[in-house]
Amino acid sequence: MSRTTSFKLVLLGESAVGKSSLVLRFVRNEFSDFRESTIAAFLTQTVALDDSTSIKFEIWDTAGQERYKSLAPIYFRNSNAAVIVYDITQASFEKAKSWVRELQRQADPSIVIMLVGNKSDLEAQRKTPKEMGERFAQEEGLLFAEASAKSGDGVEELFMEIAKKLPLAPPPQRTSQTGPRGVKVAGEQESVPTPSACTC
Amino acid sequence: MDEEYDVIVLGTGLTECILSGLLSVDGQKVLHMDRNDYYGGDSASLNLTQLYQKFRNSPPPEALQLGRDRDYAVDLIPKFILSSGELTRMLVHTDVTRYLEFKVIAGSYVYRDGKISKVPSTEVEAVMSPLMGFFEKRRAQKFFSYLQYWKEDDPATHQGFDVNRSTMKELYAKFGLEAGTQDFVGHAMALWLDDDYITKPAKQTIDRIILYTQSMARYGKSPYIYPLYGLGELPQAFARLSAIYGGTYMLDKKIESVNVDPETGLFTGVTSGGETVKAKKVIGDPSYFGAGKEDGEGGKIRVIETGKVIRAICILKHPIPGTDNADSAQIIIPQNQVGRKNDIYIAAVSSAHNVAAPNVWIAIVSTIVETSVPEREILPGLQLLGNVVDKFISITPLYAPTSPGTNDNIFITKSYDATSHFETVVEDVSDVWQRVKGEKLVLKKRETEIEA
Repeated sequence: MSRTTSFKLVLLGESAVGKSSLVLRFVRNEFSDFRESTIAAFLTQTVALDDSTSIKFEIWDTAGQERYKSLAPIYFRNSNAAVIVYDITQASFEKAKSWVRELQRQADPSIVIMLVGNKSDLEAQRKTPKEMGERFAQEEGLLFAEASAKSGDGVEELFMEIAKKLPLAPPPQRTSQTGPRGVKVAGEQESVPTPSACTC
Repeated sequence: MDEEYDVIVLGTGLTECILSGLLSVDGQKVLHMDRNDYYGGDSASLNLTQLYQKFRNSPPPEALQLGRDRDYAVDLIPKFILSSGELTRMLVHTDVTRYLEFKVIAGSYVYRDGKISKVPSTEVEAVMSPLMGFFEKRRAQKFFSYLQYWKEDDPATHQGFDVNRSTMKELYAKFGLEAGTQDFVGHAMALWLDDDYITKPAKQTIDRIILYTQSMARYGKSPYIYPLYGLGELPQAFARLSAIYGGTYMLDKKIESVNVDPETGLFTGVTSGGETVKAKKVIGDPSYFGAGKEDGEGGKIRVIETGKVIRAICILKHPIPGTDNADSAQIIIPQNQVGRKNDIYIAAVSSAHNVAAPNVWIAIVSTIVETSVPEREILPGLQLLGNVVDKFISITPLYAPTSPGTNDNIFITKSYDATSHFETVVEDVSDVWQRVKGEKLVLKKRETEIEA
């Protein structure tokens, strides 16, 4: 019997560091040099940890709301994992650090945070040394990876690393700490996917 | 900010966020701004620090032992969602439900002769209800049964009663219902705030009772649902919908002026932080168009006061007495019961909805202001609560636009009224949509976002 557990994963980082590109590479194995802005703000991908256990990532993209300090608290609500992305060729590392602070303030303390330096294929234009990311991640207790959404290097691996860190049992609590789950509000057809599929 | 937008939306209250979401889905280029650094405007939910800051300008007193700040999401406007109502339909059609979780409100009560009782909504409940005597119950049963089988397009079910011509008074008379029964039917089920409905055609009231009983039948317990983490989640969810469809969001932006062409009087853009953004149309809440000010934020005052609502946010450390330890409840005090023109409402939620620390209830008592001492007007409500740990009272003017906006492309929404639900909010959304677009709002099922 295979068991699948769902987890909410949020993406964070400055505009245009490649948040959506990393996810599209991971979910659809696609890449485009000229993606304008976020089109698919909610994607899912299931990965198998072993023969009997699978992890379903429900991936939330910022939909551009990070640009003018306008990301809503609802975005962080009940997130189990966060991928904070910076661009190793641009000055975006400081912004990544401030997102770590924001998560420590807003998210559940048990959240698994992965810091990712994207665009590792552009080694010649590198501005942020790998050691800098590594050191910061170690100090703050974060996972760390460099990856390239363009070449695909390190992308699958970084999500697998997160998957291994997620607590498998009991399933993540999405609803109130007290009492049972809420009601499903999905009109006539109950097939509308909600990001809180219960596995119990 | 060189770009030109189709619509600039000012204020991130629920009405504005629904409109922003629907317009973005419709393909309009939307810029949505708020002077505050948080979402929700008047329909926000605040944590404890924000609440005390807003009302007292001080931090929460430690002596009250209210628990963790982040456990709180205290609504500024007390409303619940009718589970078969228009807001639910809008949430489902836009798929915004995927960002939210809901819980059923545990009970709906009505005040009568100093006590509160559950509102009966079916024949069976009517028979059990302590609100009516033996003979009255049989009459009420017949009345409910009539409504249950009443179908608009089947005259046989009308029993010779013309609901469009005859008044509710005549319908009550047809079934011989007593004044006390009329009170809970008209106020706790049809949810009228005053008694004006009695002399109007019965149809409106029948529709509202049917909406109530359908909502009741959906999840049982009560006709209402409520989003976990508070009502402030609703505008955020619609804002996300708007952003996904290309809407641009800017918080913490003071609006210096709403600009119009001096020749034509038509809206041209807004100025914020010394920069001017151009757009064809503007939509905003009354606070951006001079509400309560000598001069509007945009110079001209474009709204008018239509009434005042008093709201008392009360922190309790126990459930409301007489509600069977319910984690949430609505209580309606019909105006006749306490010698008023307008009903008094109590809306209570608790830690079960992730809006307060464990074992804390938040109850909001509200009514339309009728006298010069509004605080005295809500006493019948406060008296039902038992010991109140702390209380925050606000007296809020309600505003409506002075013009429909079709002449100057400035479209203003209404303040949140005293009703206990969101039906009038959705009416306002539809109304503004019609003014902005020149056509009726038709909800189409949104294509689901691409999923792998």
